[in-house]
Amino acid sequence: MAETIKIALAGNPNSGKTTIFNALTGSSQHVGNWPGVTVEKKDGRLKGRDDVIIQDLPGIYSLSPYTLEEVVTRNYLVQNRPDAIINIVDASNLDRNLYLTTQLLEIGIPVVIALNMIDVVTKRGDHINTNRLSELLGCPVVETAAINDKGLENAIGKAIEMANAKATPDHTLIFSEATNAAIRQIAARLQENVSPANLTWFSIKTFERDQKTAGQLTLSQEKRQAIDRIISEREAAAGDDSESIVTTERYAYIDLLMDEVLFKNSRGDRMTEKIDNVVTNRFLALPIFAVVMFMIYYISISTVGSLLTDWVNDGVFGEGWRLFGAGSAAYEEAAADYDLAQAEIDAYLAAAANAGLDTTAAEAALAAGETESGALAALTEQAAAADVAGAVNILDEETEQVLDTVGVDAAAFTAALGVDEPNPADFGIWVPGVPVLLSNLLNAIDCADWLQSLVLDGIVAGVGAVLGFVPQMMVLFILLGILEDCGYMARVAFIMDRLFRRFGLSGKNFIPMLVATGCGVPGLMATRTIENEAERKMAVMTTTFMPCGAKLPIIALIAGALFPTSVWVAPAAYFIGIAAIALSGVILKKTKPFVGDPSPFVMELPSYHMPRPKNILLQMWERSKAFVKKACTIIMLSTIVLWFLSSYNTALQPVDTTDSILADAGRAVAPVFTPLGWGDQWEAAVGTITGLIAKENVVSTFGTLYAGLEEVSENGQELWQIMSARFTPLAAFSFMLFNLLCAPCFAAIGAINREMPNRRWTLAAVAYECALAYVIALIVYQLGAYITGGGFGAGTAAALLLLAGLVFLAVRPNPYKNGLTPETKPAVKGGQRA
Amino acid sequence: MKTLQQAKPGDTVRVVKVNGINAVKRHIMDMGITTGTEIQVLRTAPLGDPLEINLRSFAMSIRKDDAAMIEIE
Repeated sequence: MAETIKIALAGNPNSGKTTIFNALTGSSQHVGNWPGVTVEKKDGRLKGRDDVIIQDLPGIYSLSPYTLEEVVTRNYLVQNRPDAIINIVDASNLDRNLYLTTQLLEIGIPVVIALNMIDVVTKRGDHINTNRLSELLGCPVVETAAINDKGLENAIGKAIEMANAKATPDHTLIFSEATNAAIRQIAARLQENVSPANLTWFSIKTFERDQKTAGQLTLSQEKRQAIDRIISEREAAAGDDSESIVTTERYAYIDLLMDEVLFKNSRGDRMTEKIDNVVTNRFLALPIFAVVMFMIYYISISTVGSLLTDWVNDGVFGEGWRLFGAGSAAYEEAAADYDLAQAEIDAYLAAAANAGLDTTAAEAALAAGETESGALAALTEQAAAADVAGAVNILDEETEQVLDTVGVDAAAFTAALGVDEPNPADFGIWVPGVPVLLSNLLNAIDCADWLQSLVLDGIVAGVGAVLGFVPQMMVLFILLGILEDCGYMARVAFIMDRLFRRFGLSGKNFIPMLVATGCGVPGLMATRTIENEAERKMAVMTTTFMPCGAKLPIIALIAGALFPTSVWVAPAAYFIGIAAIALSGVILKKTKPFVGDPSPFVMELPSYHMPRPKNILLQMWERSKAFVKKACTIIMLSTIVLWFLSSYNTALQPVDTTDSILADAGRAVAPVFTPLGWGDQWEAAVGTITGLIAKENVVSTFGTLYAGLEEVSENGQELWQIMSARFTPLAAFSFMLFNLLCAPCFAAIGAINREMPNRRWTLAAVAYECALAYVIALIVYQLGAYITGGGFGAGTAAALLLLAGLVFLAVRPNPYKNGLTPETKPAVKGGQRA
Repeated sequence: MKTLQQAKPGDTVRVVKVNGINAVKRHIMDMGITTGTEIQVLRTAPLGDPLEINLRSFAMSIRKDDAAMIEIE
């Protein structure tokens, strides 16, 4: 077999690169991150040719040394040297796209230009002379229209041919005579240091005073000085720095090229202009934005998303579900009938008791399920004789107003006794849930109890809780994919930029935050749409500060138990989440890991077009797949460990949670939380730990530990009394604060790990979240205690110190900013004055 | 001296020079804002910043602070 051929796809963002990559590789894609950075890395095998690997490079405008995507691309091209490059050029935006092309042609690797979206150009009435373009650039140019795969085969065929022939572009230096001469002089001095294939590239980069390539060259002092003199001479003559000379002259060359190859009849993209007149309009932009965001939230979190999540949690990973929902209506009717019958029985028994009859024997028979017992018949007879009549009020489900009253006499009572509880499996095609099937299976093979518990309570419950998010995530990915693909996402950043930039973030952070109020996991995945790496890492670190759906039971419990009359607790939780993100932004952007090279916020607002379902579905598939993989490895492991800790004692005997290793651990770590006001409640410490599986576990753990309850309702009403006896309001509020802000659940930690460049970043993110949660809860508790008359103590002092520390970190001048751009701002200001 | 920051929506201007150093300058110029380029200012974002401009037949967004580095005729 021949050796594998590596072909790289390079091009501007929005040039249709993704569509071409998808068409070439199909579903053989592999998506990950470039080593050490959060820039997405995608590769795949050419359809039908296992020996050709297609490497998708980040969408970039230039090969400058300043942005991460550009550096990643440069390093790959120059060091890994693929066998050929397919440069995808958006023909409807030819001049700016060719700017990257001129740079790719200088690397010394065979290049084929795919002149993409040629259909758009033709439709506009413009014409491009492809043959002339190919002649002038010295490489093949193939017309493609990615939407219908036209010309793709031709392009890939050319690329393979060129790769085999090692046919590097026939391309000469394109700059002004003086600049070309300077570059040639530099080339003469570099000849001994670099290979001939790399010579042009290194000579131009050296002329540009590119620090990154300079680091790869070892030149004698003498040579360096000579080269510096050549550059300085040219700079003095042109009155600009060498880097800008090259950029300006590249565009000057392209302008000449355009005169020869592009015949323009139209005035550009009128459609996009018209849409933008409405969508980014001064008055309409914000209302439209609000509607779009509401729709995303509504569809992915409230309706379709939660419907699917409920199906996975209660159906697939619950008791079971009905195929296609058939028979559901009939089951619900039967269930309603049964409920009414039960209410009638209760009402009749109550009325009988009121009438002075002894109902104990009858109730015992009912509790035992013996509806045909003699005790019941005897009671019915007595009650009928006494003319007992009960009544059931039928309430409206929402308003709880009485709609109707049904009288219950002896005959109705007997009839009600005859109503059997409906079995869900009798209606429609019932598919039992995974736990039911597994437990039947394990019972059938007489599996040991501990193994059953491990499989059902540990693995299935844990992984099920995580996989429950997947359908919701898929819905969200589709919606975000549509926004990105059609061009609206860039407008979101444009509209919201002003609001977010003071926190070191940009407008695109709005979407992850919004989504995270439903669930942090898709919220974290939504950070993929942020291009700037530092900003993306910051978003990944802070997104889960938003109170997600699973944190609502905690809020409801604390608010209901300790602040029954106030309405501010729940809104405060959201406010605190937003404040924590803003505060983190302000603090973190001044720390070393988040200081990138300063770069201006210039962003293309791409032409609108219809979203392409194939792109969106493939992307959704890849991203979901990656998450599921994670769920089946690291997340599963974590839940198994926690299951073990909560089911066994140190002697490895199976016990209730109250006596488990986890409870011991809770007792041991509880004192850590004394400064937060709830160190005396080891149950709270255990709840915090079990919250790592899923935040709603906090409430159910409280149910088990405080009251021995098997099940607790959504707002934990059963616990309100115990809670208000055990916690002071301030301590409870501090507990809520800590649990809202500290490390999120395993699923979200898994998602953080996926979005971060390496484990160290994940650990740093989780540590930061826990630390901030601790500090804020401490400040609130200690200062709250002081204000409410608790006296000044060591805790108060610590709180004041920490508060001062936070304020300092937030308001201090950025220690890194000045060092990096010493002249930029003053130079501009001086210029304005002049 | 006039900069792009002072241009009003609806203006069409010609670039004289891009100020600033390194990444900031290079980034702006990479997008095609070089001496002689014609720029049409389309609008200001609803919250007052950034600007939406049109050049070389594509639209882009640029913050007013960065626009101040672009000298125009």
